[in-house]
Amino acid sequence: MADTYLDLVSSGPGGRLARQLGLPAPARLRRHRAGEPLVPGPVLVLGRGEEADRIAAALLGWDLDVRRHPEDVHRFGAVVLALTELARPADLAEPALGLGGALRSLAPGGRVVTVSRPAPGIGTGAASATPAAAEPLEPAVAAARQAVVGLLRSTAQEMRGGATANGVLLAEGVDPEAPSVLGTLRFLLSGRSAFVSGQFVTVGDDAGALPADWEAPLRGKVAAVTGAARGIGAQIARTLAGAGAHVVVVDVPAAGEPLAALANDIHAVALQLDITDEHAGERILGLARERFGRLDVVVHNAGITRDKLLANMDESRWSSVLAVNLESQLRMNEQLLAGEGLGPAPRIVSLASTSGVAGNRGQTNYAASKAGVIGMVAAAAPLLARRGGSINAVAPGFIETEMTARIPAARRQVARRLNSLQQGGLPEDVAQAVLFLASDAAGGVNGQTLRVCGQNLVGA
Amino acid sequence: MSESTPEQTVEPTAEHTTPSGAGRTGVARRAVVVGANRIPFARAHGAYANAGNQDMLTAALDGLAARYGLAGERIGEVAAGAVLKHPKDFNLTRESVLGSVLDPRTPAFDVQQACATGMEAVSTLVNKIRLGQIDSAVAGGVDSASDAPVVVSERLRRTLLELNRARSTPQKLKALAGLRPGDLKPVAPGTGEPRTGLSMGEHQALTTARWGISREAQDEFAAASHQHLAAAYERGFFDDLVTPFRGLSRDNNLRPDSSVEKLAGLKPVFGKSLDAEATMTAGNSTPLTDGASTVLLASEDWAAEHSLPVLADVVDVEAAAVDFVHGDEGLLMAGAYAVPRLLARQGLALEDFDFVEIHEAFAATVLSTLAAWEDEQFGRERLGLDGAFGAVDRSRLNVTGSSLAAGHPFAATGGRIVGTLAKLLRERADETGRPARGLISVCAAGGLGVTAVLEAR
Repeated sequence: MADTYLDLVSSGPGGRLARQLGLPAPARLRRHRAGEPLVPGPVLVLGRGEEADRIAAALLGWDLDVRRHPEDVHRFGAVVLALTELARPADLAEPALGLGGALRSLAPGGRVVTVSRPAPGIGTGAASATPAAAEPLEPAVAAARQAVVGLLRSTAQEMRGGATANGVLLAEGVDPEAPSVLGTLRFLLSGRSAFVSGQFVTVGDDAGALPADWEAPLRGKVAAVTGAARGIGAQIARTLAGAGAHVVVVDVPAAGEPLAALANDIHAVALQLDITDEHAGERILGLARERFGRLDVVVHNAGITRDKLLANMDESRWSSVLAVNLESQLRMNEQLLAGEGLGPAPRIVSLASTSGVAGNRGQTNYAASKAGVIGMVAAAAPLLARRGGSINAVAPGFIETEMTARIPAARRQVARRLNSLQQGGLPEDVAQAVLFLASDAAGGVNGQTLRVCGQNLVGA
Repeated sequence: MSESTPEQTVEPTAEHTTPSGAGRTGVARRAVVVGANRIPFARAHGAYANAGNQDMLTAALDGLAARYGLAGERIGEVAAGAVLKHPKDFNLTRESVLGSVLDPRTPAFDVQQACATGMEAVSTLVNKIRLGQIDSAVAGGVDSASDAPVVVSERLRRTLLELNRARSTPQKLKALAGLRPGDLKPVAPGTGEPRTGLSMGEHQALTTARWGISREAQDEFAAASHQHLAAAYERGFFDDLVTPFRGLSRDNNLRPDSSVEKLAGLKPVFGKSLDAEATMTAGNSTPLTDGASTVLLASEDWAAEHSLPVLADVVDVEAAAVDFVHGDEGLLMAGAYAVPRLLARQGLALEDFDFVEIHEAFAATVLSTLAAWEDEQFGRERLGLDGAFGAVDRSRLNVTGSSLAAGHPFAATGGRIVGTLAKLLRERADETGRPARGLISVCAAGGLGVTAVLEAR
């Protein structure tokens, strides 16, 4: 699982050599560690208007060193572009060029975040539709808003030193200080979004709440994680437990040994269960309620791959992948939502994949299942919203796991570098995105798919 | 009592000496089975060849802790044991607790009652809970036939001790002089009865012949055990009773495709020197097996405080022993005596049980017991009844298979059966909305047998 190339270019001589040869020079990413500052330096807030001022004031409330002008600062930790009040494309010139001027002073692991409003046109988020505006927009307004998408995505590709660029989109009428606007902004500024770049998160409404303790956003909540015995699932369970949740870890009976070890390590409860069992949803809900009295968060992480070119695909490879990765989630969600068993703000987070967005040779079955997940969360969003909850997906790109470690070495090296951060992500990067979407701070984010892929160069 | 001050011990009150719910009224409180966990059982010298008793018992405890969220929890007491035990494992259970995720301040002790070890561990701990001495407990058992102790010959052992005591070279030489080359050969542990020299299988063969149990009946019974166990695995019955270990997720003695026809092809291995036909084969006898099991027991209050389920109450336990040494009764027939006494005390008859679990040391052990209970003469002369004790409805007997299919790591079998039966009873009670009752009988070396009544409300 070790990325020895990353280790090499992270050393002084190795880095110089890579630059001279024109080889990729990935940087160590800034990841969340308790006790470290939210951003590695002052935050520059660009953009004009009353809403921009309120966003700057909100950041001040987090004890950040907020600046409205780039002067006198040697090194910025982040640049926030407050663009919710754009009226014409020309309004973008000042903040865009201001950002350009500040980029050279952006600290390693720095962050660029745009805060703007959506417009019809280019889809944002991985294949999830941008909510259509209630009323038709002035063409000039829509043009300015879409221009932000192009600006941000290109900026993300120009980032260096492990810095990232992402955007928050506020649906029409959403207040710039709505809980999930601030929650999303904070996630994108923090080390928790280390492997997220070039992405937009849409805040659809004012739902959600900010936590009393940002280190424990799930305190008092009960979460279930499927496929938790190993890899990304195990890390999700650890991260949710670390965020204060009581966790039920679920995996197939055959994976019971590592599942038990994980459960004991994080003081979770182990449930050996095949999620394709027709009562799986009821079993998970029943156990969580028996032990903890409630169930607030369900993470559908369990998944399998049975790769084969479509010409060689057999029925069992196709059907087993669809059954585990997609059908089981549909059935479990039906059971979870059937009664009043879930908590007052239920949150479901499904694991999709960038293969489901862009497709992947040899993975017709897997990509079909993961694209299906993206469709499922988009369609189920209103069902959850009615209960005060949400359902979203996380689409990981190339993540360093036991599974990707089995990819032949040369292919693995190429796959790792094909994103703006020029490296694979870690399971904790996916887990942090899941934690964000599972928390009330993302309550206004619903029906979306968040890519954790370092801005993969393939796919939208 | 130990927590009381000297002044208080003169007339200790219930409040001072017992946890909540116990002792006040003089009526013992209930002790319940919360759940169970075992590792899959493995045929000896196979999947667990390199695992010792402590490894397996620790794994079974950790799996139980993961299922019931007990990491870091201080349990009232843990009791377990092994039949084949190394001298270094004198504190096997305590050492296993220390190696587990349970709070290291959890007390533990070893139990040993041959194949009834697990049953006796349950019985002892249930009594402590009922008396209010403890609120929670784990009963268990483990055995490794693969990692069995190897013992040196008696003469070598005495020589080595003498050598240790010798001070001068001549004394040392003298000590060594008595040694013969043959004395250096290790002594393998046997399953033979110390007082008769007969193996357990040969003892059972005598009983099999006494009750005229046919080869066909034994093979049919063995095939059913495999089929029942396989079906239970298929329906996910063991998903919350078993945690995989060392790559094994099911008992590897299980032959789902076992049939009377296949078993009929095996050659008899026991009873070949008797006048009667030899009927006992490797197929209708249990193999040497490695494995471990645990059962979580508690007071009702403790289970409720920890938001844990209650599968069944352990209502009563009865042990019995028979005089097999003088030929009065077969070695493995003690259960045939213990059950009638237990049921008389509880005012119950065989037909009052939804499920009956009789440990399958050999197919013929179960069939001999059933035959004895249905026999009028046995009922009158041996049990002191008016006639036959009664018949067990076969459709209620070992419905998820038993030792013939799962295997029989001696001390682990009791825990396996208690966990299995408790879950069966819970399922039945939940289905019907009525209490469900179950009976267990486990035979053991030395002419022992331990039996129990469980009930799910």
